[in-house]
Amino acid sequence: MMKKIQLPLTQEKVRELRAGDKVLLSGVIWTGRDAAHQRFVELLDAGKALPVELKDQTIYFVGPCPAPPGKVIGSAGPTTSGRMDRYSPRLIAECGLRGMIGKGNRSQAVVEAMKTHGAVYFAATGGAGALIARCIKSCEVVAFADLGPEAVHRLVVEDFPLIVAIDAYGDSLYQR
Amino acid sequence: MARILSFDAIVAATAELCRKAATELPDDVLACLKACAARETNENGKEFFRQYLENAQIARETAMPLCQDTGFAVYFVEYGEELQLDHGTIYEAIDAGTEKGYRENFLRKSIDADPLFHRVNTGTNTPAIVHLEIVKGDQLHITLAPKGGGSENMSQLKMLKPADGRQGVVDFVVSSVVNAGGNPCPPTIVGVGIGGTAEKAMYLAKKALLRPLGQRHADPDYAQLEAEILERINCEGSGPQGLGGCVTSLAVHINAFPCHLASLPVAVNLNCHAARHAEVTL
Repeated sequence: MMKKIQLPLTQEKVRELRAGDKVLLSGVIWTGRDAAHQRFVELLDAGKALPVELKDQTIYFVGPCPAPPGKVIGSAGPTTSGRMDRYSPRLIAECGLRGMIGKGNRSQAVVEAMKTHGAVYFAATGGAGALIARCIKSCEVVAFADLGPEAVHRLVVEDFPLIVAIDAYGDSLYQR
Repeated sequence: MARILSFDAIVAATAELCRKAATELPDDVLACLKACAARETNENGKEFFRQYLENAQIARETAMPLCQDTGFAVYFVEYGEELQLDHGTIYEAIDAGTEKGYRENFLRKSIDADPLFHRVNTGTNTPAIVHLEIVKGDQLHITLAPKGGGSENMSQLKMLKPADGRQGVVDFVVSSVVNAGGNPCPPTIVGVGIGGTAEKAMYLAKKALLRPLGQRHADPDYAQLEAEILERINCEGSGPQGLGGCVTSLAVHINAFPCHLASLPVAVNLNCHAARHAEVTL
């Protein structure tokens, strides 16, 4: 059973999702990897605003390939989420980040933040970047352009196929 | 008599390898994925296999990279001792070809200039990693195996005691793969290097990833060890993407080498299911 979900997420939408649910996600998401996350947290430390309002938003851990001529984006599959574990709890707690998309397990600290504040972690299919690129309808760099593939991009996705890997109750497919 | 080989020909051939490796999943990997898809019983696992095969088809038909992480460009070069380049070095030619191939084919540049103090993208995906072997004859054989960060980060090395023996090797390799979970994009190919020194063991493990899938180890003892490790890994149930299933790894490939009296080095180097490689002879 596929659930169609229209972004942005809300606390209510997130609480309805359970580990193992298959979803098709549509709407606006933001890209970010290690370098962008580090800058987000440095901005928080300095008491400054982030370049993107993250409340109820979803971050996709991806560094896409350059777009070939005539294409919106190059290959764009998930990167390993564990590298963002040291940053995600603060984005969830302090900025209201509601969703994350990546591959692989998350730390206990991330899961606790997800439970406390109501956030969800989706697994995308690692190594299927050409397939996933077809779900991406627009792509623009919105911050940290100097980071190249690690810059923050605004993506509009349509029916992005995902699995709820860890839900807002702490239930995890990785623990089964 | 030396055979003169053109620097520019190596650059062009290397650039073409970059395109081919990034976009065309080799036939042996495709055949193995299809066979394993039929064996997978987990519902999520089956769906992942379907996506891997569809992804491979899209990549080939539209010249899109199989994976956005087009990797560190790792080359295994066999350089005939009777060869001479018309100018420059083999390292310069391969770096120039890598830069050209990654630029012209819109592959991601993933190399930072310094690991600690200057983590700034070189913008060219160079330097490449070149493993050079001098061989007899006047041919140049280049194999490119681009390596993504997700799988490479799960590499493990352990200096076992000789007394740990066969069982020690089995336990270490199985736990390395299981602990990696979904991070290296399973189902993986498990490269194992046994023997030599620490750095030699890891080189052997990486080189083992190049062996065609379906080809057994020539030594029956090692062939049996590979089969036993694979079965133990797949019994753990981690599965495709680490989200459950009976196919966590596609194959275990072991490379062994003579060993110091005091040592039993074991290295594990994993390849994701998008096991990319391409080769050319000049």
